[in-house]
Amino acid sequence: MNDQKDTDWPKQLFDALVEAGVTLFPYIPDAGNKRLIEYAEAHNGVRPILLTTEEEGVAIAAGADLVAKKAVICMQSSGVGNIPNFLSLVNGGRFPILMMVSMRGDYGEQNPWQYPMGQAVEPILTAMGVLLFRVDCLDDLAPATEAAIAATFKGGNSAALILSQRFLGAKPF
Amino acid sequence: MIPATLDRRDVLANLFPKPDDYLFITGLAGSARDTAGLTEDGDNLFTMAGAMGAATSMGLGVAMAAPNRPVAVVTGDGELLMNIGSLATVATIAPDNLSIVCIDNGCHGETGGQTGHTSNKTDLTVMARGAGFTSTLRVETQAELMAAAKFLTEAPGPRFVHLRVRDGPPTPYKRNMNLAECRLRFRSAYQASTGH
Repeated sequence: MNDQKDTDWPKQLFDALVEAGVTLFPYIPDAGNKRLIEYAEAHNGVRPILLTTEEEGVAIAAGADLVAKKAVICMQSSGVGNIPNFLSLVNGGRFPILMMVSMRGDYGEQNPWQYPMGQAVEPILTAMGVLLFRVDCLDDLAPATEAAIAATFKGGNSAALILSQRFLGAKPF
Repeated sequence: MIPATLDRRDVLANLFPKPDDYLFITGLAGSARDTAGLTEDGDNLFTMAGAMGAATSMGLGVAMAAPNRPVAVVTGDGELLMNIGSLATVATIAPDNLSIVCIDNGCHGETGGQTGHTSNKTDLTVMARGAGFTSTLRVETQAELMAAAKFLTEAPGPRFVHLRVRDGPPTPYKRNMNLAECRLRFRSAYQASTGH
């Protein structure tokens, strides 16, 4: 198993998303998406969009789809708790929405506040019809990204790329 | 603020004399019905009947992804307040082609007319300015309504129009509530208009 700390995995992920035609990166800042958003800020062809709540990202991505453009919503696991009602738009309307969730409250977490929502991420997304593609190690990243992109933009589903703390590393607090 | 006298069923036709020029995203309930009446549930319209609070952000997504088309969000005071932070996001991105039109009746008309915050202390024009909008217009009289169409076409975007209307029924228009159909309808019409 490769160690993600030695690789520029956010660049690999960013390049794969751009290659898939993603142009909008609505995000709530998180350590897990910091470098990805820095790449988006530095790229002329894409736009990062700072949100006040993850719900906005779901609606922005759906709006972009109405005019045949692609977005990826970047959020921490806590944000999944903010979006279920907006996912009724996605699920009922068959909007192909892609999200990237950087986990807290799973492998190695030390903050007790993070566990309840972290552990509820997958059941909530599953209940709202979002397909899950989990990344636990660097070897998972490319195939899971490719699968999530295919499920969304080819398969017409909504999908979440779940970056676990086993992959990201747990914060030391 | 003066007591609201405008009838919500009259305001959109004054604001949008040529509705075909716009892509419309609406909130749920009254704002959806009024805009469906304006466009005759046209293929340039996507209305919500759930996901309360999504309209402004969905309109932002459309405006950013279709920068050459005028985009209007039509929302209500309750829907806007449910995700008021979306105004900050719009102000930061500052899309020139986006207008937010809020039909403020000061109550939750769809659920029984319960009093809303804007009947108490809350002023949505001030909130929009606080979020960073520089083009804002409060419309409370017939004379102000007559000037509002010009504001939408001439003020720099993004624009915020605050329509204070009296409590009363929305336009009695029965729109398509199948959101998957409405997505495809909007998408297909947009793609046809761009030659794809």
